[in-house]
Amino acid sequence: MRTQSLFDRQTTVVLSLLAAAAILVPAMNGLALPGSALHLSDHLVPLLGKYVCFALLALSVDLIWGFCGILSLGHGAFFALGGYAMGMYLMRQIGARGVYSDPVLPDFMVFLNWKELPWFWYGFDWLPFAALMVLLVPGTLAFVFGWFAFRSRVTGVYFSIITQAMTFALMLAFFRNDMGLGGNNGLTDFKEILGFPVQAGSTRIALFVLSVLALAGGYLLCRWVVGSTFGKVLVAVRDAESRTRFLGYRVEHYKLAVFTLSAMLAGVAGALYVPQVGIINPSEFAPANSIEVVIWVAVGGRGTLAGAILGALLVNAGKTWFTAALPEFWLFALGGLFVFVTLFMPRGILGAANDLWERSSQKLRARRSPQPVTQAAE
Amino acid sequence: MRAAAAALTLPPYEVHFMIVLRNFLQAFVLLLGMASAALAGPYEEALLKFTNDSYADTDAAIAAVAVSGNPLAVDVVEALRDGRLLVGLEHVFVRRTSGDLINAATGQTWGNPTGELKSVRVNNRVRRAIEAALGSLTLLSPDAARRLEAARAVFRSRDEAALPALEKAIAQEGHVPVRNALETARAAILLSKQDALHTQKLAAVETLRDRGDQEALALLSNLPSHAPLEVMSAAGKAAEGIRARLAFWQAFQNVWYGISLGSVLLLAAIGLAITFGTMGVINMAHGEMVMLGAYTTFMVQEVIRSYFPGLFGASLLIALPLAFLVAGSVGVLIERAVIRFLYGRPLETLLATWGISLILQQGVRTIFGPTNREVGTPAWMSGALDIGAMSLTYNRIAIVLFAFSVFAILLLVLRYTSLGLYVRAVTQNRRMAGSMGIRTSRIDALAFGLGSGVAGIAGVALSQIDNVSPNLGQSYIIDSFMVVVFGGVGNLWGTLVGAMTLGIANKMLEPHAGAVLGKIALLIAIIVFIQRRPRGLFALKGRAVEA
Amino acid sequence: MTAPITPTLLYLDNVTVSFDGFRALNALSLAIDHAEMRAIIGPNGAGKTTMMDVITGKTQPNEGTALFEGSHDLTALDETAIAELGIGRKFQTPTVFEMHTVEDNLLLALKNKRGPLATLLSRRPAREQERIDALLERVRLTVQRHRRAGELSHGQKQWLEIGMLLAQEPKLLLIDEPAAGMTDQETADTADLLRDIARSKAVIVVEHDMTFVRDLGVKVTCLHEGSVLAEGSLDAVSANERVVEVYLGR
Repeated sequence: MRTQSLFDRQTTVVLSLLAAAAILVPAMNGLALPGSALHLSDHLVPLLGKYVCFALLALSVDLIWGFCGILSLGHGAFFALGGYAMGMYLMRQIGARGVYSDPVLPDFMVFLNWKELPWFWYGFDWLPFAALMVLLVPGTLAFVFGWFAFRSRVTGVYFSIITQAMTFALMLAFFRNDMGLGGNNGLTDFKEILGFPVQAGSTRIALFVLSVLALAGGYLLCRWVVGSTFGKVLVAVRDAESRTRFLGYRVEHYKLAVFTLSAMLAGVAGALYVPQVGIINPSEFAPANSIEVVIWVAVGGRGTLAGAILGALLVNAGKTWFTAALPEFWLFALGGLFVFVTLFMPRGILGAANDLWERSSQKLRARRSPQPVTQAAE
Repeated sequence: MRAAAAALTLPPYEVHFMIVLRNFLQAFVLLLGMASAALAGPYEEALLKFTNDSYADTDAAIAAVAVSGNPLAVDVVEALRDGRLLVGLEHVFVRRTSGDLINAATGQTWGNPTGELKSVRVNNRVRRAIEAALGSLTLLSPDAARRLEAARAVFRSRDEAALPALEKAIAQEGHVPVRNALETARAAILLSKQDALHTQKLAAVETLRDRGDQEALALLSNLPSHAPLEVMSAAGKAAEGIRARLAFWQAFQNVWYGISLGSVLLLAAIGLAITFGTMGVINMAHGEMVMLGAYTTFMVQEVIRSYFPGLFGASLLIALPLAFLVAGSVGVLIERAVIRFLYGRPLETLLATWGISLILQQGVRTIFGPTNREVGTPAWMSGALDIGAMSLTYNRIAIVLFAFSVFAILLLVLRYTSLGLYVRAVTQNRRMAGSMGIRTSRIDALAFGLGSGVAGIAGVALSQIDNVSPNLGQSYIIDSFMVVVFGGVGNLWGTLVGAMTLGIANKMLEPHAGAVLGKIALLIAIIVFIQRRPRGLFALKGRAVEA
Repeated sequence: MTAPITPTLLYLDNVTVSFDGFRALNALSLAIDHAEMRAIIGPNGAGKTTMMDVITGKTQPNEGTALFEGSHDLTALDETAIAELGIGRKFQTPTVFEMHTVEDNLLLALKNKRGPLATLLSRRPAREQERIDALLERVRLTVQRHRRAGELSHGQKQWLEIGMLLAQEPKLLLIDEPAAGMTDQETADTADLLRDIARSKAVIVVEHDMTFVRDLGVKVTCLHEGSVLAEGSLDAVSANERVVEVYLGR
């Protein structure tokens, strides 16, 4: 907690691991021969890419929950909105290759007997525009939502519950065909991204590397924010909100800023997720998804950033293993994880490791220096 | 009569001859008019038309049978309706539901016919004719319910031929509801009858206006083009009146649906209000307590079905205490095992209880399977009560009454028992209550058990109107939170007002915006509301809140 | 010199606050001058904390006037705006940012631009470091500067909070029970510190500890049931019959 330079030990570790992933995964997939122990089969690449996107989502949740104490149970909504923005771009790339071969309209619109493209689809055939929307749509929603919520001092569980209601309402809305976003089935059957076939191995490798870069960038951004005085104010808000107010800080502005930033990060995660899994549908808005993200962060250790990444990777790898090997037991395991982590590991894996490290180094210091260290009065 | 009777006794080889004879007789009838009636009678005459295997003839035959006045007419038409009217051997037979075969013309039992018998075929037109005929035939039945049924059938068919029978029935009818039904039936016929008198038609319009339901409205707004102008305008005005009346009742019906939904929300949320109110604990597994209650009901019914079928009517009453115990003890267990370690950390409590909800859901899924389980409705809860143009189903009425009784009992428990006193004390000032010697941790456990138990009995009620599946609880949890948060924490009246407001608002929005949009609109409204009044409608005030 | 509406720094008149019918403040009137130190005493429930809540914008009064520097209507401003005007508050139970270091606690309190963008992009100039060093010296926490505030003793937290108040450079300090939970030596030191501060700033101290109040040696206001019961020197106030009645009961 001393003055942190941007590249402290944790940052170095995280960045090197991400760099290793960005090099090793393509190499093991492309260079190692199939059959060799080092070979990474084709279907694992998008799976790993998916994990990386989840890690970015977890990072965005950790930024607000870990450092500002805002528990959002609706961050899946921002993720899904970013995903939909990307999905709309990918839909427009299908062109006349859909089942109905309509040059303008996506299949589901032809199916619904729509005659023309709704206005909000304009511009999505151009990637830079779609990319802007990936940031702006979740960002704007978060800004508007946060503006009302934070200004009225809706905090704690109340805020959590209304974010849950928000994502639930969005889910209901996106299930409607009238939304013009594919209703129940969502957006799928993508063909190309920037002219490259979405399914091709090389595209998937590229998307994976891009996701890792986005995660690294997101991590650095969060690190920078958290290390600044702004970040210190966030922690102050988390630990003693009204005290921060009496110091003259506009708490609602801080919350709004970090909430909006976090929503944008989640949107980017969603946008990278969609081309790798090949579909985006309203079930991404399901409240259960958003809560699951929170447990990733809790497992890894909230308020550590690296912990969020670790937690997301671990829990999702566990989920993949469980749903294949013991599908009946996955929810038991996940539920048990929620209870176990909150009861016995409130600071998560990294937090626990940190405590262990500090205790041992304190002992070391105590042995070296003759004067006693005043113990904390709890 | 005699000729027909003779024909029936003829041996089969003479049948061919009889056809010739019948044709001859028909020609003779045409020539002699009334004389032929004397010979075979209109009833027997009509019966024979059934043998022609022509829809038009069957249609005509029904009408003729219906007006013949023959005591067998009802049997014949009912048999036709049910496919039990058989023809063959140039005769018409009715197979009784007992299986006996009788001759439709004489009513005598007929042994085993040697030839092949076919049922008379019906199409939609014939079915309408059957209904009309049955209507006029049973108009004079000694059974009032049957007469009412008949009057309604005639009303629907608007068969002019039934008019004389109708007049006769009206003249004798003493039972008021039946008489009203008969009169509206007559009005319906008169309106569509081309040669009815003006005054008759105007009177008919008036009768229909008094009836004032959807059917009357349809009749009045679809008058035949030959109707006189005067009648048209009267009918238009009457239709307007009915529309207003229906809209009026529709509003009530919507309010009723709203109250009904509100009671469901109240049941689901009231337990949450206790746990959230006393401990500030958000219990995400609350919905699963409701689910456990519903599954308890299922289990109780299974046991009753297998061992004590006579008790089925009481199954829900038996399930209530059991559901309370099951959900309540699971609640206490959760509180003792998990939640008590997390006091003062509401967000962690929220996550841990979410984990518990996942475990409970999967547990139930593993034991009972992922599909819906069938929970039966006792006989006393089926059916509906009609008030004006509204229909209130008994199971909904039961749930509304039940929800309010649970509310009242809880209110009394909190007000007059020492548990209630302690719970209120802890709600208002935990520290002070603790220093006055109240064992707050025990109160927490009991209050949590109480809240969960109430959720369990809510599950008993909800099993009557919702699918009993492992996901049952999930569908209520967000709504319950909205109710509690909207109503304000720590105040049961707030929960009541919150539940009813949301229920009624939801059902009032639905006809205009559709179910999904209505719900979305409501969620947004609540989100905005919470932002305006973060502590809900009925918030506790003062220093205790800040502590 | 343009004369403000009132010459006093803080001016409360007829302030009434009621919660559900209970009057926490009942037509309270109070005036504090520039660079004046005032001790507020009174039994529990006399309205001391509520009065602070009104001054700092936490509670809106049902009626009455609260003016700062004669022109700022405190009833229309929120906590943040009031803090920016130059009113600092120390709470009854010390509230510091426990996860931050002592130094960071002071840094957050320093009089600086408070906007999100400003703090996100701020560089820490040497001048700031000097300010912090001086404050650390003054509240005697230089040795603990890199420790987390949560690890400090109760008395140290009280002092850190006073240091944070000073870092804000307020014109008026509201200090709620600074001596609570302190040793005698710490209490005496605190009184010294406050007297020192009061040389340049206005200070309102709420305290139960009469020895401490006597140490301060300033004008005393005794509150009872939400309004002023007596005002004057400690000796005069303690001699007041009604004050004795309130404190000792009948």
